[in-house]
Amino acid sequence: MVQERIEAANKKVMEIILNGQPTLLDIGIAEEVIPGMTKKTILHAGPPIKWGKMSGPMKGAVTGALIYEGLAVDEKEAAKLAASGEISYDPCHHHNTVGPMAGVVSALMPVWILQNKTYGNYSYCTLNEGLGKVLRYGAYSDEVIKRLKWMENLLAPLLKQALKLHGPIDLKTMITQALQMGDEGHNRNRAGTSLLIRELAPYIIQTKFSEKEKIEVLKFIDSNDHFFLNLTMPACKCTLDAAKNIEFSTIVTVMARNGTEFGIRVSGLGDRWFTGPAGIVDGLLFPGYTAEDANPDIGDSVIAETAGIGGFAMAAAPAIVQFVGGTAKDAVNLTLKMYEITAAENNIYKIPALDFRGTPTGIDIRKVIETGILPSINTGIAHKDPGIGQVGAGLVKPPMNCFEDALQAFVEDLETKNLV
Amino acid sequence: MTKINELFQEELKIINMGLQSFNENLKKQNVKTVQVDWEPPAGGNKKMLSWLDKLK
Repeated sequence: MVQERIEAANKKVMEIILNGQPTLLDIGIAEEVIPGMTKKTILHAGPPIKWGKMSGPMKGAVTGALIYEGLAVDEKEAAKLAASGEISYDPCHHHNTVGPMAGVVSALMPVWILQNKTYGNYSYCTLNEGLGKVLRYGAYSDEVIKRLKWMENLLAPLLKQALKLHGPIDLKTMITQALQMGDEGHNRNRAGTSLLIRELAPYIIQTKFSEKEKIEVLKFIDSNDHFFLNLTMPACKCTLDAAKNIEFSTIVTVMARNGTEFGIRVSGLGDRWFTGPAGIVDGLLFPGYTAEDANPDIGDSVIAETAGIGGFAMAAAPAIVQFVGGTAKDAVNLTLKMYEITAAENNIYKIPALDFRGTPTGIDIRKVIETGILPSINTGIAHKDPGIGQVGAGLVKPPMNCFEDALQAFVEDLETKNLV
Repeated sequence: MTKINELFQEELKIINMGLQSFNENLKKQNVKTVQVDWEPPAGGNKKMLSWLDKLK
């Protein structure tokens, strides 16, 4: 019976996801540690996309990366190179990597190195740049490039040394604690960032860097509530990657957006992407901006929801609901709804407001189609023009056709195998 | 008085399934109602239902 095969495969996938042990090991340089990375590779968020189809913030981030790498001196030269065919664009997800918003990763950027200790696979993510004018929202001015160089030359080497003194950090436990402290792990990372500082500070102090440099680094992390996001994301990535390519499984292992398209991948359907147009985020805009300014949904950070946190753990984060527009009751209802489309309740990530019920984990494409309920995602809103940055935050849903197309492909695969 | 007539002498508490407009009309008449969040499977899309059936 095909249903039994599917149920067995999904059971296996959920065991792998729930047993994942994401652990922070080290910091490295992208071209040295990310598989397949070259001097002229630019990794980006979401499903595959060519330069000509990229949205404003994605183009801005690519421009900034080319200047940062020294491959172009200004915007004009960067645009020419970007369109020349010399640059190899590839989704972060094709390289065990994830990136927030534009998600752009280039050769010289320092990256966190994580390992799923249970299954041995690795994941990577850049370090979070902070708020305001930043590359991930498409900004590429001098201050952006200068900050990226500071991160390469001071932040990363100092944290690398601190990590060496500390040893590996169990991120699953840290994310679990953050959820108990009012984070949902996507749009609220204040607790996670605080926990990370608490863990690392004694070792930052012991590094060989100067007092001034240590203060600079601690102040930088402290000034940015989202610093921990770039650890939550690869933690979710290496957890889910271990569960990909399990034949007959209908569980989603990737959701990601490139600012033009939203894409999903399903464990039993190999490396195929199922895409549809990226949606407009429904949320609150910062003063001075209107809906006209908003770029369509962008970023790999929806890996959080794919792993059962973020919007799926909204009930854990009542403090954030006003930021994305809504009430505490809405947050609880939103999480409750996600149980309708998921395969399991998380064994470790728990929600205090729901009597410590495990977060809804493992999106099943069959349940999405049957119920008509789409995954609910917490996210930031990028300005549609490069160089401006974040203009708001809110909730967004994937296009239904991603799930419909995946279901169709799943049935067709079974037909090819004469199983239905 | 029959049981059904007794019911209509009391304050009605209504659970509405299906069309939201029924619920809205009752609300306009100050009747207490609860709308059940329900949709037909796959929104009634026959193609999707046939694919889902094949997986059972």
